Amino acid sequence: MSTKPAILVLGWGNLSRGDDALGPMFVAGLQERLPRELQTEVEFLDDYQLQIEHAIDLVGRSHILFVDASLDCAAPLEARAVRARRDASYTSHALSAEALLQVYEDMQGDHAPDATLLALRGQEFGLGEPLSQVAHSHLQAGLEWGIQWISKFAATGRQ
Amino acid sequence: MGFELETAANPQGLRRVAIDPVSRVEGHGKVTLLLDENNQVQQARLHIVEFRGFEKFIEGRPYWEVPVMVQRLCGICPVSHHLAASKAFDRVLGATPITASAEAVRRLMHYGQMLQSHALHFFHLSSPDLLFGFSSDVAQRNIVGVATAHPEVAKKGILLRKFGQEIIRITSGKRVHGTGAVPGGINKLLTGQERDSLKQDLPQMLQWAQDSVDIAKQLHAQSDAVYRNFGSFRSNLMSLVRADGAMDLYDGVLRVRDANGHILFDGVDDQSYLDLIEEEVRAWSYMKFPHLRSLGREQGWYRVGPLARVQNCDFIPSPLAEIERKEFVAWGQGELVHASLAYHWARMIEMLHAVEVIAALLDDPALLSGDLLSKDWVRQRRGVGIIEAPRGTLIHDYDVGEDDLVKHCNLIVSTTHNNQAMNEAVRSVAKEYLSGQEITEGLLNHVEVAIRAYDPCLSCATHALGQMPLDVTLLAADGTVLDRVQKSREFGLTRQINTPIGLEE
Repeated sequence: MSTKPAILVLGWGNLSRGDDALGPMFVAGLQERLPRELQTEVEFLDDYQLQIEHAIDLVGRSHILFVDASLDCAAPLEARAVRARRDASYTSHALSAEALLQVYEDMQGDHAPDATLLALRGQEFGLGEPLSQVAHSHLQAGLEWGIQWISKFAATGRQ
Repeated sequence: MGFELETAANPQGLRRVAIDPVSRVEGHGKVTLLLDENNQVQQARLHIVEFRGFEKFIEGRPYWEVPVMVQRLCGICPVSHHLAASKAFDRVLGATPITASAEAVRRLMHYGQMLQSHALHFFHLSSPDLLFGFSSDVAQRNIVGVATAHPEVAKKGILLRKFGQEIIRITSGKRVHGTGAVPGGINKLLTGQERDSLKQDLPQMLQWAQDSVDIAKQLHAQSDAVYRNFGSFRSNLMSLVRADGAMDLYDGVLRVRDANGHILFDGVDDQSYLDLIEEEVRAWSYMKFPHLRSLGREQGWYRVGPLARVQNCDFIPSPLAEIERKEFVAWGQGELVHASLAYHWARMIEMLHAVEVIAALLDDPALLSGDLLSKDWVRQRRGVGIIEAPRGTLIHDYDVGEDDLVKHCNLIVSTTHNNQAMNEAVRSVAKEYLSGQEITEGLLNHVEVAIRAYDPCLSCATHALGQMPLDVTLLAADGTVLDRVQKSREFGLTRQINTPIGLEE
């Protein structure tokens, strides 16, 4: 029987690339703010990019929250369900969340866990730049959203 | 080794094909092919369009921060930057040689990095091209397609990479951006439990690494002519080798062979790399063009990476990989292998070697006990650290003031060494496969396949959602858009005709 927490929060980005840091900063911030009683139900993971081996991290979960900075989403954030999909993942060495879920399904021969992609709007991505003020406010909005999201699924898990 | 097709004699009146950015390579790259009215390639260039400013990012920082911060330059080989910087600051501190334990842990980290990176490239980025063919359905030609059609291959790739990542986590203390190496040594040893957990998986990893070499060999055997000729051109080869000529990916002296296999330079001390190499700036690309100083820009450019390393060394000091090296050399029939696709085979030989080295290191008691830092340091002003990163030779060169701040640095990353070579590969393929034909996605992918063979890390760009579409545009001589093909995650491949574009001429 798996002892893994049922919920995985996986954020990615480069801490030294301005607002690209939104993903990992969200993970750190949520880990800090999440009420103690919910902490044991969540595993937090951050990385530089989404990669094929992250499919292994999805095993044994009921819910996944992917978090990344975005230039395309509405401010301050957009959240949408993501499903396994064969996409081109033309982002070179990195996978999309959808493609990662597809890798999981192909590897495991089973449906991927329910997954949500939280896109936090960023605007400055320069090397060596800190998080912009506007991204900082988007991060705060994201953290409030994240606590509610986890509360909902953690509660579901306890029922 | 001149520059045929780098610059058209008369670029006016040529139509342009842009592949922007190159997919499945790191960061933003753009290929432009200028065609004449008969669809003959008149000019082919691989442009690097993002200026990274790495040096400015580092200058002014305390030297002890640098081995950690340089990991943020690259999402694919952060460990290589971490170790190259650490080696450079060993020199600045006058802390060489580092202790036996420090060297063992660093080497373990490095070969773990080599394993995970080579596995990612072969199974994730290139096997789709190799297993399905260069002109196959674009939806199939990615890792997901591989997982569907060849689940056992994809799974091996994932687990090999995972094993390499686990080595990095254990040796550096963190899964991402750890701090295992520090100037003058390391900051932690392995525990017996950590070592044993890695040893447990070794037999399986060794078998899969051997299987991977066999896959690469089979591909060459099945399509011998394609693998010999696709993107093939003659060049010099450069890499580190051990003082006795053995392959060594962590440390050594610089060696260069010419296109005929004769050694041009050997035993070049890493601190003197600037006596060997100079870098040239060309107006049309942000990426510099290094070449051998004594031979000049036209004759002195070279290739680095697996193809260079496997042929530059006299032998590989691990038994299974050495058997494979000999077979690879034999495939050249007495000549150096210059085919771009042979990078894949060489890469898998190196991956097998990496697993063998990891196995040997895990039996080394120095991993578990011994001094972390060397003693009796004599501070220097400047230090150079060179390492063979997965993609090739990586150079970090630092000048540190008495206030411990970095005053100046120069980084030459592997992909920069291969800049001219990748341009040559594009020209070779464009000339053979694109001239006189209509442009199709499959044909364009031939160009990308040639670039991907070098596993370039064109920039360490951000990967925010929605940033990296692929845009292919045909322009008539008068600037009219004749055709436009875009690829994106959301919409896959879409074609639009007569739409405005905004690409620079």
